[in-house]
Order: sequence, then C-alpha cells, then structure tokens
Amino acid sequence: MSSDGTVGRGSEASPGPPDTATCVGVVELVTEYLEDALEPDVRARFEAHLDDCEECEVYLEQMRATIVAAGRVDVEHVAPATLDRLVAAYRSAVRARRNPGANGV
Amino acid sequence: MRAAERDGWGPDPSFGAWRRTARAGGRVASRYAATVAAARDDLFQPTPEDVALVAALRDGDEQAFARVVDELNGPLLRLAGLYVQGRAAAEEVVQDTWLGVIRGLDRFEARSSFRTWVFRIAANRARTQGGRERRDIPLSALLDPADDPGGPALDPERFLAPGDEWAGGWAVPPHRWAPDAEAQLVAGETRALIQDALDELSPAQRIVMTLRDIDGWSSEEVCAALELTPGNQRVLLHRARSRVRAVLERHLVAADRA
Repeated sequence: MSSDGTVGRGSEASPGPPDTATCVGVVELVTEYLEDALEPDVRARFEAHLDDCEECEVYLEQMRATIVAAGRVDVEHVAPATLDRLVAAYRSAVRARRNPGANGV
Repeated sequence: MRAAERDGWGPDPSFGAWRRTARAGGRVASRYAATVAAARDDLFQPTPEDVALVAALRDGDEQAFARVVDELNGPLLRLAGLYVQGRAAAEEVVQDTWLGVIRGLDRFEARSSFRTWVFRIAANRARTQGGRERRDIPLSALLDPADDPGGPALDPERFLAPGDEWAGGWAVPPHRWAPDAEAQLVAGETRALIQDALDELSPAQRIVMTLRDIDGWSSEEVCAALELTPGNQRVLLHRARSRVRAVLERHLVAADRA
C-alpha cells in the first residue's frame, strides 16, 4: 500500500476475481502477469499499480527471483545402471530392425 | 504383447476425441474454447528438433537416446508418481515407458511433440500399473485445480481486512530480502530449501512448477503433456510459485536477522 492513497484502497473487499485496485488482488495476478496472460487493459492497470506501490513491486521481484532460483535446482538424472540397461535394449531393437530375419537378439 | 502395451502406442483415444471437439469448437463463440483449441493445435506440430530427434533415434543414435532418457527422467518420474505409490514403482513405469518408446519409434507420427508422445505412453503405463482405482482416471482429472489445495497466495493476515479504509492493501508487506539474497539464492543450502518446498507441494502443483521452472518447458508443452488448459496450468503454477516464494521469504529474512 502506498501512502498517497492511489492504490491499496479497496473500498469493499468482495470475494470476486482478483483486481488491480488492491495489493491482495495484484498478488493473485502476478503469475498471469508474468505469463503474459492478462488482457491489455488489466495489464496496464497492473503496471500502473506497480508504479505506485513499492511493496507490490518488491513482491513481483521476489516472485521473479523465486523462478530464477528454482531454475538452479538440480535436475534428477537417471541412474547409470538404468541408463545402461535401456541403451542396451535400444541397441538390440535397432539391430533387430536392421536384420529383420535374425531371431532372438 | 499385453493389451496395455499396445494401448501405449498411439495417441490417447480420448485425447483424439477431445481434439476433434476442440477443432469443431471453431464455431464456439467462447474465447476460452478458442484459446484452448489454438494451444492444442499448436502442439500437434512437432518442432524441427523433434523431427531430427526421432530421425536420429530411428537411425540408432545411442547418444541421442541416452540424452533424451536422462532429460526426461525427472519429468517422467513425477508423472508416474501421480499414479503409482513409491519410488521403485515410478522407476519401473519410466523404464517400461522407454521400452515402449523403443518399440514404438516407427509409429511416432508427427502429430505431437516428442515429449508429449512419450508422456502419453508413460501415462498409459502408469495408469495400468497404478491399479484398478486409478486406471480410469485421466490425467486432466488428477490435475484438476478444483481438487487441488487452493487458498490465497499469501496468508490473508498479510492484508488489511475488509472494513479497513485501506482494505486489500498490505498489512505486513513482503519482507525485504537481504542484500546478499541473490548470492544466497544460488547457494546449495537454498537450493535444498527449494527442493524441500517443492516436495511439500501437492503433486499437481509440483509437476507443473518443476516442468516449467526446473526443466524449462514452455507453458504450451506443459499443457499438451499434462492435458491441462492454459488457465488451469496457470492456477497450479501460481499456487506452487507463491508457496515456494513464501518459504524463501521466511528463510532469507531469518538469515538476514540472524
């Protein structure tokens, strides 16, 4: 909420869809904003809110930082023994296909 | 060959039916339906990389095969985990999936991305192994946001209550992260923290966020592979990222004050 009263003033906190007039609404729209899924007019209001509201700007930056940080989490590699087994199965299948006549590869 | 194996080859029949519906939906006035149809149709075009990959696999390129098995290992394990209990069962589904891929390579048709095709085979395998109670549940039902723990992105206490002059504004603004948060975020300790936070998510939230943010899939790819509408994908992603951010907030603030 900014102190100049331009944002954060949600006269009635109705349980409707999130809107850009309140910080609580902006927080719920952050992902749609980052996914570029907001209608142009909503997007414009969202950005106008951010211009006036430092806290929501911080929140957005933290969401961005979260996504970047998640990108550094290690991916789960396949166990070498499993990979060897699968590559061997693949090799057999390729050979069998090249020599359709040969049985029991 | 078991019937279940055969079922793994082609595209999911129900998915095909869905697609036909979506196509016919060109007449549907609803922008939502049109958006979904457009997203889905997109997905039936494999990328040039997909075409090259399948050509390499048919050609016997073992390195290409090993690479794709490794790349899809995490995603497939999580997909299997939606249907079967336990790590060993999930690994079995993944291995079985690859055997199916190997045998079905010639049947890959350029109607989906390679990843989507592999996911479809894996989902069929997982369904079969998941036992009677899960067999008939489509992926889209397992990942329905309506059945997923929702709730607001943040504790409502963080905002001023209705009736307040500033209702909906911040009561407890986001705690600023320490100046060195950037460095902390890449530290091993924080990575482990994010991993724990991901483990705490619902399975639906976890698979969407990991595919997007860790494996780096596009939203279109995730929607296709998981049979999700773009809107539902965003709902799950939003819940997941919001929760992970909250965990990081607690950690980084605590570290700052310590």
